[in-house]
Amino acid sequence: MTATPSPPSIPQRANTGWDRFQRRYAPYIFISPFFLLFFAFSLFPIIFNAYLSVHSWQPGSGLGDMKFVGWRNFSDNLTDPTFWKSLQNTAILALESGVPQHLIALPLAFAIHMGLKRVQSLVTAVYFLPYITSVVAISVVFFTLFSWQYGALNAGLNALHNLPLIGGLFPAEKINWLGEVQYVQPAISLVVVWRYVGWNVLLYLAGLQAIPGDIYEAASIDGATRAQQFRFITLPLLRPTIFLAVTLTLIGGFQLFEEPYVLTNGSGGTGQQGLTTIMYMFRTYNSYSDAGVAAAMSWLLFAVIGVLSLINSRLFGRSGLAGKD
Amino acid sequence: MTSTPLAAPAARPRRTSRNTKPLSRAAAILLLVLGGILTLLPFYFMFVFATHPRQEIFSLPPPTWFGSNLEANYTSLLERTPFWRNLWNSLYLATLTTATTLFFCTLGGYAFAMYSFKGKTGLFNLLLATLLIPNTLNIVPFALIMQALGWIDTPRALWIPGMASAFGIFLMRQYIGTAIPIELVEAARIDGCSEFGIFRRIIVPLCGPALATLGLVTFVQSWNSFLGPLVIFRSAETYTAPLALRTLQGIANTDWGALMCGVALTVLPLLILFAIASRRLIDGLTSGAIKG
Repeated sequence: MTATPSPPSIPQRANTGWDRFQRRYAPYIFISPFFLLFFAFSLFPIIFNAYLSVHSWQPGSGLGDMKFVGWRNFSDNLTDPTFWKSLQNTAILALESGVPQHLIALPLAFAIHMGLKRVQSLVTAVYFLPYITSVVAISVVFFTLFSWQYGALNAGLNALHNLPLIGGLFPAEKINWLGEVQYVQPAISLVVVWRYVGWNVLLYLAGLQAIPGDIYEAASIDGATRAQQFRFITLPLLRPTIFLAVTLTLIGGFQLFEEPYVLTNGSGGTGQQGLTTIMYMFRTYNSYSDAGVAAAMSWLLFAVIGVLSLINSRLFGRSGLAGKD
Repeated sequence: MTSTPLAAPAARPRRTSRNTKPLSRAAAILLLVLGGILTLLPFYFMFVFATHPRQEIFSLPPPTWFGSNLEANYTSLLERTPFWRNLWNSLYLATLTTATTLFFCTLGGYAFAMYSFKGKTGLFNLLLATLLIPNTLNIVPFALIMQALGWIDTPRALWIPGMASAFGIFLMRQYIGTAIPIELVEAARIDGCSEFGIFRRIIVPLCGPALATLGLVTFVQSWNSFLGPLVIFRSAETYTAPLALRTLQGIANTDWGALMCGVALTVLPLLILFAIASRRLIDGLTSGAIKG
């Protein structure tokens, strides 16, 4: 893809200075807005963040009021039990919400791709719908659905419990979703799963469409069942897509903020079970006005994401994203 | 990746479905429908709750059909926050972000698709690498920089940094590279068209489908964004819709009926947009991903 043939030189036209200039530099000018914005609003903040992380500074005071403190902001974080708690919450939430997303999305995409071509657009659209809606808005809805005494979720579970035969599978007692320590994280994860299944279905559908149909054809002539086709054709050929999807879930999951923020009403919830690291970072900056410690925290989280991405790419990816081309 | 290889599997379901037991097929469809219902249910409750007062939303059993309190909820909503102003702020921000993103990403995508220039591969890899930067981690320095610029409480703090995205340039480059023959560009050049003229007269008019996809994605992202606005906007007048909702939830004695009414008003425009353009969005995203 990268090697686009170069435009042939045009001998006839008189090459005025401007003409040659604009032809030569046009591509650089065309791509420059992105890179300028990137340097100004992405790279510069990263560098500034590094600078901040070794300084003590309150946003209220002037820029001259920064004091160099070395690694103290980092050690403050590392000795802060709440930081570790937030990191633990983030990891558990990423796992609890990330794994089900893919376990649901991959078979779902396979089923849609293999058997439901005619309704593919409709089905995909329905599952994709949560992804395009405001997290804040929909988390407010879930907040009411999770209500202990009067929530629709508990009412639904109760109705299922009263069914014959399968009733035993459902809890008899109402669950205090957002009020009891062991249910806060599952409740948040449920919202995250609900929101991102459709996104992953879309990614997997794209990957599935790139697998030539005659491979399945040949396999089914040889008597392979649908499950065997999934296991021995789809999974291996879909590896790059799985890697991409898992990477995105990983990076996104460790930056979880909006769902727990709204579901716990900004507080972190019972036992601080819903306090993610980004939430804690925001609190450190916004409520404790400690920009230096918040900056150090973001670097620590960045290191965690980096290490996990590296492990992920060792495990699942043969080449990085850039090598996909 | 054109549609040719996709044509083969399209004709297959009938053939292979004979291999599948009808029972397992029925079970699969049942699960799919069940999953679909669970996916849509929160939206249904959102609209139902918007028509009930607070004490009915939290009653046993919770309401499952529309009530008659919509007007009172709406009035109460407007008493608590200038909600139309908040919606307008969201619209303003999303429209500006989308318009500028479409322009700059098409320009950048065109350069990466149709030109060969020194450093192209390196720059493109850099662009892809920026996709992996966890941007949320930058929120503190971002807020501080905006404070230093005096851009706190102004929409430009969000739309100016959002004028171009790596994803957008990637998407446009994939589309332009596969859908527009380079001969067209060369012919225009021989006819004396300037480089920007080629972009404006040839490239942009042919980018319709990709522009629609990118426009939708950008608009939706901006409309829904929360953490950025949270550190930038400081007053009820400048709040975007999600911020206004969060504020309504945060105060004591939340009027849940009013809040649900606001939630529905925030989500509804996107639902309408999605109903019109979901096919465009989904096809655009999947084909973009294949080509990646």
